[in-house]
Amino acid sequence: MAANPTGVGGHEYGYAKTTRTDKWWVGPAATAFGLGLWLIYYVWSAAQGDYYAAGPYMSPFYPFYLHPSEAGMGASDAFFGMNPAWWPALISPALIAGFAPGAFRITCYYYRKAYYRAFFGTPPGCAVGARPQDYRGETFLLVFQNLHRYALYGALLLLPYLYWEAFQSFRYHGEWGVGVGSIVMVLNSVFLTFYTLGCHAWRHLVGGQLNCFSCGAVPRLRYGAWKGVSRLNENHMKWAWTSLIWIAFTDIYIRLVSMGVITDLNTWGGF
Amino acid sequence: MLDVNEIQTITHDVIVVGAGGAGLRAAVECSRQGLDIGVVCKSLLGKAHTVMAEGGAAAALGNVDSRDNWKIHFRDTMRGGKFLNQWRMAELHAKQSPDRIRELEEWGAVFDRTKDGLIAQRNFGGHRYPRLAHTGDRTGLELIRTLQDKGVHSGISVHQECTVLDLLKDENGRISGMVGYWRETGRFVLYRAKAIIFATGGGGKGWRITSNSWEYTGDGQAMAYRAGAELMDMEFCQFHPTGMVWPPSVRGILVTEGVRGEGGILTNSEGDRFMFKYTPEKFQSETADTVEEANRWLAGDKNARRPPELLTRDVVARSIVQEVKAGRGSPHGGAFLDIGSRRPADYIKKKLPSMYHQFKELAEVDITKDPMEVGPTFHYMMGGIRVDADTQMTRVDGLFACGECAAGLHGANRLGGNSLSDLLVFGRLAGVGAKEFIDANEGLPEINHDQVRGIIRSATDILNREEGENPYLIHEALRDVNQDFVGIYRTKEGLTEGIAKQAELKEKAKTVKAYGTSQYNAGWHEALDLGNLFITCEAIARAALLREESRGGHSRVDFEGEREEWGLVNIVCRMGDDGNMIVEKLERGEDPEHLAKVAHATLEELEGSNG
Amino acid sequence: MANRTIRIWRGDQSGGQFEEYTVDVGEGMVVLDVIHLAQMHHANDMAVRWNCKAGKCGSCSMEINGKPKLGCMTRMGDYEADEIITVQPMKSFPVIRDLVTDVSWNYRQNERITPFTPRPRDADGNWRMYTEDVERTQEFRKCIECFLCQNTCHVLRDHDKRDQFVGPRFMIRIAQLDMHPLDTVDRIPATKEEYGAGYCNITRCCTEVCPEHINITDNGIIPMKERIVSRYYDPITMLARKLFGGK
Repeated sequence: MAANPTGVGGHEYGYAKTTRTDKWWVGPAATAFGLGLWLIYYVWSAAQGDYYAAGPYMSPFYPFYLHPSEAGMGASDAFFGMNPAWWPALISPALIAGFAPGAFRITCYYYRKAYYRAFFGTPPGCAVGARPQDYRGETFLLVFQNLHRYALYGALLLLPYLYWEAFQSFRYHGEWGVGVGSIVMVLNSVFLTFYTLGCHAWRHLVGGQLNCFSCGAVPRLRYGAWKGVSRLNENHMKWAWTSLIWIAFTDIYIRLVSMGVITDLNTWGGF
Repeated sequence: MLDVNEIQTITHDVIVVGAGGAGLRAAVECSRQGLDIGVVCKSLLGKAHTVMAEGGAAAALGNVDSRDNWKIHFRDTMRGGKFLNQWRMAELHAKQSPDRIRELEEWGAVFDRTKDGLIAQRNFGGHRYPRLAHTGDRTGLELIRTLQDKGVHSGISVHQECTVLDLLKDENGRISGMVGYWRETGRFVLYRAKAIIFATGGGGKGWRITSNSWEYTGDGQAMAYRAGAELMDMEFCQFHPTGMVWPPSVRGILVTEGVRGEGGILTNSEGDRFMFKYTPEKFQSETADTVEEANRWLAGDKNARRPPELLTRDVVARSIVQEVKAGRGSPHGGAFLDIGSRRPADYIKKKLPSMYHQFKELAEVDITKDPMEVGPTFHYMMGGIRVDADTQMTRVDGLFACGECAAGLHGANRLGGNSLSDLLVFGRLAGVGAKEFIDANEGLPEINHDQVRGIIRSATDILNREEGENPYLIHEALRDVNQDFVGIYRTKEGLTEGIAKQAELKEKAKTVKAYGTSQYNAGWHEALDLGNLFITCEAIARAALLREESRGGHSRVDFEGEREEWGLVNIVCRMGDDGNMIVEKLERGEDPEHLAKVAHATLEELEGSNG
Repeated sequence: MANRTIRIWRGDQSGGQFEEYTVDVGEGMVVLDVIHLAQMHHANDMAVRWNCKAGKCGSCSMEINGKPKLGCMTRMGDYEADEIITVQPMKSFPVIRDLVTDVSWNYRQNERITPFTPRPRDADGNWRMYTEDVERTQEFRKCIECFLCQNTCHVLRDHDKRDQFVGPRFMIRIAQLDMHPLDTVDRIPATKEEYGAGYCNITRCCTEVCPEHINITDNGIIPMKERIVSRYYDPITMLARKLFGGK
């Protein structure tokens, strides 16, 4: 039951109804467009299983530890070796590699806001009518969102590999050097680090769970860490988008180099 | 004829009127004493004017400077009040405020901390040492929220958005109850109690430029006056030196003294730090006389004397007016208050966050970069209902008063920060006093139905008459009259004219008309409050006319400087049998020797002698 | 000075309508000033709550052009000079009259929250807390109880889950108590079960409308959700608790 009979107060009732006069829908629409476009590209790119490596560069969609044999580097570079013969070709390594970071982003406190607003309409905007439903919040079907910190553990495990890959991009056929692609990959790792370490669950684990920061040397250290994480956390949305876009950009860049559409500027004089 | 038995009746042992700091503290005390307690307030709970108090609550905790103790606080209060304070009240206040502050912490208040983890204290005008326990620049909010939560969980009944119209007395002259109305419905309500505590605040809404909100219409003073209580020290009005002056719609909104406490300086249009010129003789030995010394003080040199910006409020307010009169004012008729060049931006945002936002959002000024424009604004009434220093009871049996609506602690001028501690100390004492009174005077006094009918009739007349004056316009006119004739600087001619104009408006207000129904009718509420405001303003003007000297918050252009003979009397106003206001001098009597010794001692004699 | 038109909803539970008032608006005026001018000159009986007119008391909560705001902190200059500004009462609370709503539900929520219960004082009669310990909870103490967050929260506004969820204002009240270094009450079970932390889906509208710029979601509600996770959803911490005891 609403607080007032319809008409009292002059308010609008119903999904996406509001008396707001500004363009409140720009935000959720942009989110829906951005996330939608990214997802389409990702699924296409990850399922394709080709053009994910060029020279020493590896697309972040295809972490090298699940690296198949054909493209780019040799099988010896792959952490787990070559795919066994019985592996179904349709399940590309990228889709598996995408699981942890995907779960991390899906349960992320920032992305939750973004997609609840943009896709689920709970609510589409502030003081804009929510989609009518028997609302249970995150107490029922969405209770899995509480496992965000496990997704975080997965994402944290991935970070060293990303740096390893970035490191590898400075060596081609045993020769140290640098290319635009190396820089792109380093930035990718850095942005992902900023995003991951700004995580709310991480902030809690690092120090947020304490009530007394001054009680002892360890709490004081954790206070310092918590302050640092808090600063990243304030910009969580910014790093979420920056890292998301940069991952796709890195993949596109390597793809285009690999396809020969563009030429990577580097010290090795071409691949 | 109206049947009084049909009116909603609410009965408590004690009823507190007003839910600011004093009212809530009194209510908490009554509840701790096992009394059934009700609080009646005009606004919603937690919105009272106490939230506007910014700088802090003064208490000689000695956390920041261990040389501080109650005697020095007492001495500062007496000197700030130009020795017109009630000795006993100033003593009780200085002695008890540290405990009242610590107690708040127990109830959940979160004050800023020192490096040692204790309650931090900041410098303020007139206080010798850093003494104000504070939470950023929103100490009043911290205080009221703490007391509100404490009260809610102590079983206090809160009757919010209910305005009290007048008090009722039984045939022995004892308070028996009061009549009010619910703002929401306009329905009348009869309150019965064994004792009533007023904590109704001041009456600044009678002035054009004021930091006070609409509630401040002097209701408590006027109701107590009508019930036979005396009003004392009404001529002493505190004009806070730093109110906003631009844009016009925010004129008067308070800029905390904390800005100066944190190092802010006042300059004129020539860039001159003018306060050095205005240090009164009495304070010269304790005030820096060079910029260099003032800067050393800011840097933490304990041997440096305090900058003149931290002189008492009456002095600073008058100095700004002098500068403006001399043609050295800021573009909109004030002075410049600069903190941006004195402290780093982060520090300002941490220590003065609401000032930062207030100027950013209302005046588009970034105080971390640019100076503020400030000028005096009516802020506080030192005067109010005369009470007994120990029990807070007025001259009317069963009626108590505490907080701004009571007089006595502050004398001729209040020190910043002494108001919040005043609320706590005397709010509690009023609760204790009410309990003692009830113990000695059993039974619920009888209600006189004729009184009830009379009160209700005059309230409904405003709604029922065919046509009449617009209450808002009368109020606006009154604000101008007081601003022009009963302002910072007063003269015999001006005050006489002001009193005459007040009377004219009061006459007009008799035929005021509120259109519409009684349901949440702002016009009706305005009309009802006006009656109280007139009495309060008249008392101020008449007392100001009588006091032929300049002292603290009362400056007579025709009688400059303090006069010895006026230091021996307070002025009281009471209602005569004919209904007219009687204004007379009240001899202060002999100074209590043990306290006078403390007040006139040198700092060296008092420092470190705690107890 | 310039003439501006403002459209204000007038009425009560039985119904009402928008009325237009044209008043002379001066420099720097806020929406509340304009409402006062309309009240003074055209509609004496118009109901509007206000007190401090400086953004410190949280009385003049209203919806201006559909956005929940304080009337005293919304400058007319923020709108186009010829724009007709629409002012409505808060949607999520029963209208009493005109712009005034019945917010008593909020006060009842506060009563439900277990009060602050500190540990004993130190031997010298003081409590020691350090700036880094209190800073976090001081942010929540800034709340002026304007209830704009309660009004905007879709859980209350659209889904009307008043029995399940206390709303953002009281989530930060609970967070303030729970993070208080002196408080001894275990507030986690009640926060999950009684106060309904799970109903918040962190869409952050409370934070967007907060006139005190309190980061309600990131600093208050999410940390409380994480504390609940540690207690109820995280198998590792749950196991550790079983093995080693403690909360």
